[in-house]
Amino acid sequence: MSEPLIRAHHLVKKFGDFTAVDGIDVEVQPGEAFGFLGPNGAGKSSTMRMISCVSKPTDGTLRIFGLDPVTDGPKIRARIGVVPQLDTLDTELSVQENLWIYGRFFDLSRAECRRRTTELLDFAQLTERAESVVDDLSGGMKRRLSIARSLINEPSLLLLDEPTTGLDPQARHVLWDRLYRLKQQGVTLVLTTHYMDEAEQLCDRLVVMDQGRIVAEGSPRSLIEQYATREVLELRFAAGTNDQFADQLHGLGSRQEALPDRVLVYADDGEAALQEVHQRGMRPESALVRRASLEDVFLLLTGRTLAD
Amino acid sequence: MSAGVLRIFPPEMVVRRPHRMIERHIAVYRRQWLIVVSGFFEPLFYLLSMRAGLGSLVGAVSVGGKQVPYDAFVAPALMAASAMNGAIFDSTGNVLHRLKYARIYDAALATPMGPADVAMGEIGWALIRGQIYAIGFLVVMAALGLTNSWWCLMALPICALIGLCFASIGFAGTTFMRGWSDMDIVNTLMMPLFLFSATFFPIAAYGSWAWVVQISPLYHGVALVRAANEGVWSAGLLGHTLFLVVLSVAALVLAARRVDTLLRK
Repeated sequence: MSEPLIRAHHLVKKFGDFTAVDGIDVEVQPGEAFGFLGPNGAGKSSTMRMISCVSKPTDGTLRIFGLDPVTDGPKIRARIGVVPQLDTLDTELSVQENLWIYGRFFDLSRAECRRRTTELLDFAQLTERAESVVDDLSGGMKRRLSIARSLINEPSLLLLDEPTTGLDPQARHVLWDRLYRLKQQGVTLVLTTHYMDEAEQLCDRLVVMDQGRIVAEGSPRSLIEQYATREVLELRFAAGTNDQFADQLHGLGSRQEALPDRVLVYADDGEAALQEVHQRGMRPESALVRRASLEDVFLLLTGRTLAD
Repeated sequence: MSAGVLRIFPPEMVVRRPHRMIERHIAVYRRQWLIVVSGFFEPLFYLLSMRAGLGSLVGAVSVGGKQVPYDAFVAPALMAASAMNGAIFDSTGNVLHRLKYARIYDAALATPMGPADVAMGEIGWALIRGQIYAIGFLVVMAALGLTNSWWCLMALPICALIGLCFASIGFAGTTFMRGWSDMDIVNTLMMPLFLFSATFFPIAAYGSWAWVVQISPLYHGVALVRAANEGVWSAGLLGHTLFLVVLSVAALVLAARRVDTLLRK
């Protein structure tokens, strides 16, 4: 196996008494799409900031391209692209100026900045908005401009912190399509998300983080197989009665989970479990059998939904 | 590298490309050059009012043993103040905006740029702005016949030093601001600084309060510009220069460190 692009060993980040990242081990291979999954406050962004060499690890070792961020920060940053959680676009510059001024931060020549700007505007479907003011762009366009800007140095590693949070479904799909193209071009993608569908769409491999630790690791499919059942039965009872029905569901499937708004029954055969529910005389207001998802894996591992 | 070496020479604190920050500002201000020019007028209006009104009432003032008319006494001080204004305008309000709200520095720090590049670039830009005002002011002084000899050109590098000093202090101070309301502190400090730095009357007039005036960086700048304009040089001017240089360096180092602590947590 080739030298990993990112190698973190017992990586720790503390802010005063608070431990944001609590000793994680991660390796990302070249060309991989790797995800950090977890609820808000799980330590994803802190990890990303350490990898992007703007935050010093408190403890442990971190190597990116085999280099140490503490001594070779500028050299590493020259080869990575960063899409931060909140856009840091320059609102005093036009769309195209945002790209070429950023290119200058990487010491690219003016001619090179202009050449790449033309290409990237096309890639981000923003050519017609080249002269626009950033504030006039929609949320999805801003996000695409952020991604275009992060590519100005032709990075071999792209870090995306919650790339589609706050976007409408259509804008998300456009963005996923662009990220997928980058992946096909061989760019290594590392992203954080709390969207399960995003992780399933984009990631070859991911880790689930909770309270600064990694609680599971694998491909989306393997995580589901390992931690969840094949199917999930979702039952909704009259408001406020979920708890009392949870007792009656005992022994059904391999596990039950009472959420505030519904009860989940993990079973390899969801339909059979539903029949059993009816046989036991329960009449849920609605019932749904679906395939298990990463969301279920997360719930099983942490006892919480990602919305928490 | 050992931990000790890293602490003394942190690799991120090396200044490599501060001019990239300035390039960004040039791109922005190409469209907003009027805003840049406007800051030059305040000291100019002061000069014109002093010349027309006060000058005729006050009479001559002594500079390094030389008697000079009041407007020629005040003009170099206003030139120093214009360099200060230019530097402070840019290194406080604009820096606060870029630091806290526009997050321009966050974006820059994701590139090979380091905190020292950001701080030096911003201070350099503020210095340039101060220098533009100083040059404009010197041209007006020459046109009004207030310059005394070719020595007056020495006032420009002196104003660059004044600009550097105030830009560094302004930037370092701004990193401690919590929000826009703290900008009032800047305005509150600038007014007495402008009025009481031996700008409008000689330091002798302050009597036993002269030591307070000597704390003001502008006072040292004014003394230097005045000497340059009259071409009267003395060893005492080295002290003024040293004061400004030491203060500039200290504020610069503080500024870069603050960017590091604030944005590279």
